[in-house]
Amino acid sequence: MDRVKEAQEIEDDLPDPLEIPDLVPGCMAASKPYGAAPEFQKPLGFPGGLVENWQEKAIEKMAELRGKYRSFRVFLDSCVKCGACTDKCHYFLGTGDPKNMPVARQDLLRQVYRRHFTLAGKYLPWLVGARDLTEEVLDDWYSYFHQCSQCRRCSVFCPYGIDTAEISMAGREIMDSIGKGQKYSNEIIGKVLTIGNNLGLPKKALKATLEDLEEEVLEETGVPVRFPLDEKGAEILLVAPSADYFAEPHIAGLIGYAKVFHQAGVTWTISSHATEAANFGMFIGSYENMREISLRVRHAALDLGVKRIVFGECGHAWRAAYSFLNTLAGPFDFLDQRYPIPQHICEFTYDLIAAGKLTFDKSKNDHIRLTFHDSCNIARGSRLGNKPGGQFDIPRAILRATCNHFHDMPADTIKESTVCCGGGGGLLTDELIEIREKGAQPRMRALQHVAAEHGVTHMAAMCAICKAQFSKVLPMYGFDREAIVSVHQMVSNAIVLERTDGGAVGERDEE
Amino acid sequence: MDAATSAYVIDSHVYEHDEEGYLKNLSEWNKELAELIAKDEKIEMTPEHWEVVNFLRDYYDEYQVAPAIRVLVKAMKKTFGPEKGDQKYLYELFPYGPAKQACKIAGLPKPTGCV
Repeated sequence: MDRVKEAQEIEDDLPDPLEIPDLVPGCMAASKPYGAAPEFQKPLGFPGGLVENWQEKAIEKMAELRGKYRSFRVFLDSCVKCGACTDKCHYFLGTGDPKNMPVARQDLLRQVYRRHFTLAGKYLPWLVGARDLTEEVLDDWYSYFHQCSQCRRCSVFCPYGIDTAEISMAGREIMDSIGKGQKYSNEIIGKVLTIGNNLGLPKKALKATLEDLEEEVLEETGVPVRFPLDEKGAEILLVAPSADYFAEPHIAGLIGYAKVFHQAGVTWTISSHATEAANFGMFIGSYENMREISLRVRHAALDLGVKRIVFGECGHAWRAAYSFLNTLAGPFDFLDQRYPIPQHICEFTYDLIAAGKLTFDKSKNDHIRLTFHDSCNIARGSRLGNKPGGQFDIPRAILRATCNHFHDMPADTIKESTVCCGGGGGLLTDELIEIREKGAQPRMRALQHVAAEHGVTHMAAMCAICKAQFSKVLPMYGFDREAIVSVHQMVSNAIVLERTDGGAVGERDEE
Repeated sequence: MDAATSAYVIDSHVYEHDEEGYLKNLSEWNKELAELIAKDEKIEMTPEHWEVVNFLRDYYDEYQVAPAIRVLVKAMKKTFGPEKGDQKYLYELFPYGPAKQACKIAGLPKPTGCV
């Protein structure tokens, strides 16, 4: 009882994760990502540098978006400045810069929109806060549309459902169209279009890594769990974020998927053509690039003759896949219609657990006291399973099945109110480390609460960006770098493997 | 050279790098340059640092990409012993992260993506 009381007192002394900061106007104005050089702009169909008549071109692009996306127009027209969103952005909470209030971020674009597309803005701009697109405004766009992780937390609290993420995407799309792109996202999209993944991981390296993992799991467990590549005729195509083949704790999650597939007795394969689940085309609001990236998945599925597509742990990849894959790259009439198209690895694992087909030795995770970070694009941009809220319940059910100690963080920081890791939406780049660290503050404070109250030692996540971002920022808040784990890492630790006969897996693709 | 980039200079020899200090022309790399890049990163190169850097360069030669951290850890363990075979050891050598910082010193491109 005393221990509980003590923990409660410690917890009471901790700062509120969502504490509203004092305003520090302009304090983050200088935070901006590196610009994309012509070599990264041109392959994506964007001008290499700022075009001569950029103001005119930007307004033309805005008019195009206004005609094409009804949401864009509604979001820009309907804000009544009620203020409900002002304290909902993690970047505002972490910095105090008022331009990181969602309404202010939207207004950077809205003021120009009003100037050109509303009657009052055309004739009485000073009355309605309308402004011309000056160099100063463009600079603000570049800074502050790259301080939005497109997490959509603000949209949950907006009575009109205005989605700042879409405004940020539009802002970036307009900037790309006039030659003012961001290096991080655009270089990465280029790599997907040429090599097949964000990392630039060629087939030879991928193959070597997968063989290495087969060896490792065999050594550790004595069970020949396979990591197949380009195997024609496999039932399932796994599309994982390329970080799953490279970084920690991502790889530990990949090992978990492989063990689950092994235990399920299904045949599966990774494709060296579609080695990337992530779709950075979404971050920059580019339909064309999103489509190009999505089509790689379709081509891989057709080429390998699979019957199902399963996505790995990747936040916005799942939003892009769940919400847009069928539109961008469908119809998937050649796949087995009895399964969701596409399916998420957590759905796959959860279904097996629900059917009693997986056995776990939870004590294998007894060194871990766990909490779960809801990744924003899964929490607010998609769903898992066939019930509302499945995206919250399914990962938690998996984690509870695999460990004995699970505790949720404060209710106003999880599920649909989850606070972003601070690195999403194309911000996971070193030159933005200051905004990343500050934006992580609400999540880190929420973690401190469960660490104090329940002795939580680890946090699981199911998004490649979240995992990489937390590996970087956890030590800045006094936690261990390795306190972040993959959901399927917990599965991997606890799953009881049987020596099953995998049967014929299909011919190897010669290349 | 555009405004966003700059260069390392050794005895009037100019080596261009990108905004973050990664070499633009990988074939220009040499050991002296590695020492200079390391110094910029506030790292004093020891034999242990060279073990990692040399492994990265060999791996890159073969696979055209940096190795996964797990692959690097295992290789270190196998070649140099168990005390050098964990992530913590690599972070002690390269505090900003073995993948990015060691790649920069090894004259390799920066690993991009969700890493």
